[in-house]
Amino acid sequence: MAHQIVATGRSRTGIPTGRLAVWWIIGSEIVIFGGLIATYLLNRFNHGPSWSAEAAHTNTFIGAANTFWLLTSSLFVVFAHAASERQDAKKTRMWIWLTIMLGGFFMGFKSYEYVTEILHGYTIFTSNFWSFYYLATGLHGFHVLCGMVIMAIIAENDIKNERNWHRVENIGLYWHFVDIVWIFLFPLMYIAK
Amino acid sequence: MSGHKHPSYLKIYFTLLILFIVSVLGPEMAHVLGLEGVPRALLVLSTAFGIAIWKAYLVCAYFMHLKVEKIYAPYILLACLSLLFVFFFGTATDAMFANGHNWVKKYSEDEALAEVIARDEHHEDDHGHSESHDDSHNEERSH
Repeated sequence: MAHQIVATGRSRTGIPTGRLAVWWIIGSEIVIFGGLIATYLLNRFNHGPSWSAEAAHTNTFIGAANTFWLLTSSLFVVFAHAASERQDAKKTRMWIWLTIMLGGFFMGFKSYEYVTEILHGYTIFTSNFWSFYYLATGLHGFHVLCGMVIMAIIAENDIKNERNWHRVENIGLYWHFVDIVWIFLFPLMYIAK
Repeated sequence: MSGHKHPSYLKIYFTLLILFIVSVLGPEMAHVLGLEGVPRALLVLSTAFGIAIWKAYLVCAYFMHLKVEKIYAPYILLACLSLLFVFFFGTATDAMFANGHNWVKKYSEDEALAEVIARDEHHEDDHGHSESHDDSHNEERSH
C-alpha cells in the first residue's frame, strides 16, 4: 500500500506542514549561527587588536566573490520557486541546477581559500581567531553542501516526476537562510579588519 | 504562498548587489581616507554591518516572502532570536570580565598581539615577497 500523507497543513497556523517545519529549522539555526556570531563579536570587542591583526590575513576577494555567488543563487532559487508555482518542471529544474552550480562555485572558492590559508600556516589550531574562522565558515559550508544535495534530490526525484512542487519553496527558504548567514559572516571575517 | 503577487525579484537582486558593493567600498574608503578612532568605527559599522542588516531584511521580506507569510513564521523566528539574546547576555556578563569569583582569565591581549606580529614576521622571513600567490596576503597584512 502506498504511503499516505495525511498532515499536509496545520490548521492553527494556516501554514503547510513542510514549510512550517522549515521555519522551525531556520529558527533553531538562528540560535546556532547567531550564537557563533555573537561569540565572535564578544571576542572582537574584548581582543580587538590581536583579532584584527589575524583578520587581516583573510582574502577579501574570495569572500566578496562568494557573496556574489550566494546572492545570485538566492535569485535563481526564487525563479525556481516561481516556476514551480506554474508547475513548469523544465524551468524549475533548470533554475534549481543553476542554483546548485553557484553553490558549487562557492564551495570551490572556499576550498581554494582553505588550502591557501592552511599552506600559509593558518590552521584551526593557530589561534582563537582561526579556530572561530574555520568553525563558522566550515559549518556554513556544510549547510551549503547539504542544501545542494537536497536540491539535487528534489530536482531529480520530485520535479522530474512532476510531484511535490511545494518542496522547491521549502528548500528555497533554507537556501535563503544560508545566504543570510553569509551576509553576516562576510563583513565579520573579510571586511572589518 | 501561491496566489500572492511576486515582487520584482530582479529589482531586489540589483538592490542587494548595490548594497554589497557599498559594504565593501565603505571600509576601504575608511582605509584610503586614513580615518581612525570613532569616525572609522562609525563608517565601518554603518557600511559593513548596517548594510548587512538591510540586506538580510530584503532577503527575508522579499525572497523568503516573510512580508506575506502567515504571522506565525515571524513569531517563530523572533522567539528564537529572543532565546539567542537570553543565552548571549546570560554568558556575556561573565565573559566580558577578566576575573570573577574564584577565577581569573589567563589571557593577555598584549601577549596575544605580540604573538601574531612575531608569527607574521617569522612567516615573511621564511617566504619573502617573491611568491606570487603571497601577494594578496602580503597586501592584506600591510593593512
